[in-house]
Amino acid sequence: MELDVSIARKALRTASGQTRSILHDVDFSLRQGEVCALLGPSGCGKTTLLRIVSGLDADFEGRLVLPREHKIGMVFQEPRLLPWRSVAQNLRLVGASSDNDLAEIVVALRLSRHLDHFPGELSLGLARRVAIARAFAVKPDLLLLDEPFVSLDAALAARLREELLALVLKRKATTLIVTHDVEEAIAIADRILVLSAAPGRLIADRTIEAPRGALTEAQASKIKDDILAFIEKAAHC
Amino acid sequence: MRKLTIKAVSVWRPGKTKAFLLRLLPLILLLLVWQVGSRVSSTGTLPSPLAVLSVITTEAWSGALFLNLAVTLARVAVAFALAMALGTVLGVAMGRNKTIDRLCDPLLIVLLNLPALVVIVLAYIWVGLNEAAAIGAVVLNKLPNTAVTVREGTRALDKNLDEMARVFDLTFGKKLRHVVLPQLVPYLAAAMRSGLSLVWKIVLIVELLGRSNGVGFEIGIAFQLFDVTRLLAYALPFVGLMLAIETFILQPFERHISRWRPPHGA
Repeated sequence: MELDVSIARKALRTASGQTRSILHDVDFSLRQGEVCALLGPSGCGKTTLLRIVSGLDADFEGRLVLPREHKIGMVFQEPRLLPWRSVAQNLRLVGASSDNDLAEIVVALRLSRHLDHFPGELSLGLARRVAIARAFAVKPDLLLLDEPFVSLDAALAARLREELLALVLKRKATTLIVTHDVEEAIAIADRILVLSAAPGRLIADRTIEAPRGALTEAQASKIKDDILAFIEKAAHC
Repeated sequence: MRKLTIKAVSVWRPGKTKAFLLRLLPLILLLLVWQVGSRVSSTGTLPSPLAVLSVITTEAWSGALFLNLAVTLARVAVAFALAMALGTVLGVAMGRNKTIDRLCDPLLIVLLNLPALVVIVLAYIWVGLNEAAAIGAVVLNKLPNTAVTVREGTRALDKNLDEMARVFDLTFGKKLRHVVLPQLVPYLAAAMRSGLSLVWKIVLIVELLGRSNGVGFEIGIAFQLFDVTRLLAYALPFVGLMLAIETFILQPFERHISRWRPPHGA
C-alpha cells in the first residue's frame, strides 16, 4: 500500500510543563512494496515516527494519509507477546492468515519446534522471531519494525535479517524499518531515510538503485560513506 | 536450541507429612479443649463433640441438614456470582474511565463503610421479606470490595500489550479474553477468595433476619431455644462445606488459570 507522511511538528510535554520538539518537518511518501529503512542517532524520534505511522500516536501537527482499509503488522522493540498464551496461540490470535500461510511463516522463521512453548520459556532472539512471525500473520499491507535486531549477537542478527528479508520480498508488504545500523539498513532496504539528532528532521533520502543482492562491496561502502557523512554533518550544525 | 522445561512434580516427601500433621495439630488440640471444657462446664451451654456429632447425624438422616445446606449454598452461589460479575464490570469501567471513577468512587466508599446489617435491614424494609431483597443485600455488601480490587488490577494493565492489541486491531472480545482478563486473574482470584468467605457470612445473617430456611435460619431457631448443640450441628458442617469449596474448587481453579507462570516466578 502507499503511504503519505507529512509531520510539521511533533512535540512532547515534559514533566516541568515545557514542550520539547521531537520531530520537525518530516515529509515522505512510500510506494507500494517499498522497503524503507529509517536511520538516525538514538533519541532522534525514530520510534515516535513509527508510532505516528502506526496510528498509536495521533497527537502531532501534520497529516498521515493511508488507504481506508489497511492491515498493519508491527514489531515493537520489546517482543510484546502475551505471556499467558503459547507461541501458536500468540500467532493465531492476530491471524488473518490461513493455516497454510501460518505454517509457511513458522517454517521460514524456524519456529516449528517452539509452537507449544510459552513466551517466558524463550530466549530474546526466539521471542523476536515470534514477534516477527506475528507481524506477518496478519497479512500486513504495511509492516513496521522497530529495531528488530537490536541486542542480538551479530551472527544471529544477520541470519534473522535474511529470513525477514525473504518474507518481506515474498509478501510484498510496504515496509518501514527503524535501525541505527547503517550496514543493516543497506543490506535490507531499497531506500534509506536519515533523521538528524533531536528534534528529528529528514536530512537525507537515498534510494539504492542497484537491485537487492547485486550491490558490489565497493558500491555498498560508497553508500555507507555517503550516509555517514550526512549524519556527521547533521551532528555538527 | 530447545530449552528443557522442568515441571514441578508432586511427590509425597516426609517433610510434607510433617507439615500436614503440624497443620492438623491445632485442630486436634481444639477438639481436646472442647471435650475437656464440656466436661467442666456446668451450665450445659457447651455440649461435647460427640453430642454435636449425634445431632448432625439425626439432622442428616432426616434430610433437614442437607436441605438447609443446599438452600444456603444456592444463595451463596447466586450472590457470589452476581457480586463478582457486577463488581468486575464496575471495576474495569472505573479503572479505565476517569469520569466513571469520579462518579462512582464516593458511592463505593459509602457502601464499603456501611455496616452489612444496615443494608440488609433496609433491603428487607424497602423491597420486602423476599429472596430478591436477601440476595440483593448480600450483593451490595460484596460488590464494592470486588470493584475496588478489580479497579486496582485495571489500573495496573500493561500499556505495551494494550498498544499491541490496538495496532493489530484485535476485536473487543479477543482483547478482553486474551489480553485483559489474563492480567486481571490475580486480582479476580483475590476478590474471589475474600469474597466467598464474606458472602457466606453475610448470607447467614440475611437468613437469620428474614428467611424461613437455610443454615442461618436454623441457627436463629437454635439461638431462641438456647440450643448450642443444634447451633453447632448446623454451623460446623457449613464451615466444612465452605472450606471444601475453597480447597477443592477455588484453589485448583486459580492454579489452573495461572499455569503459564514459571513455578517460582520469573
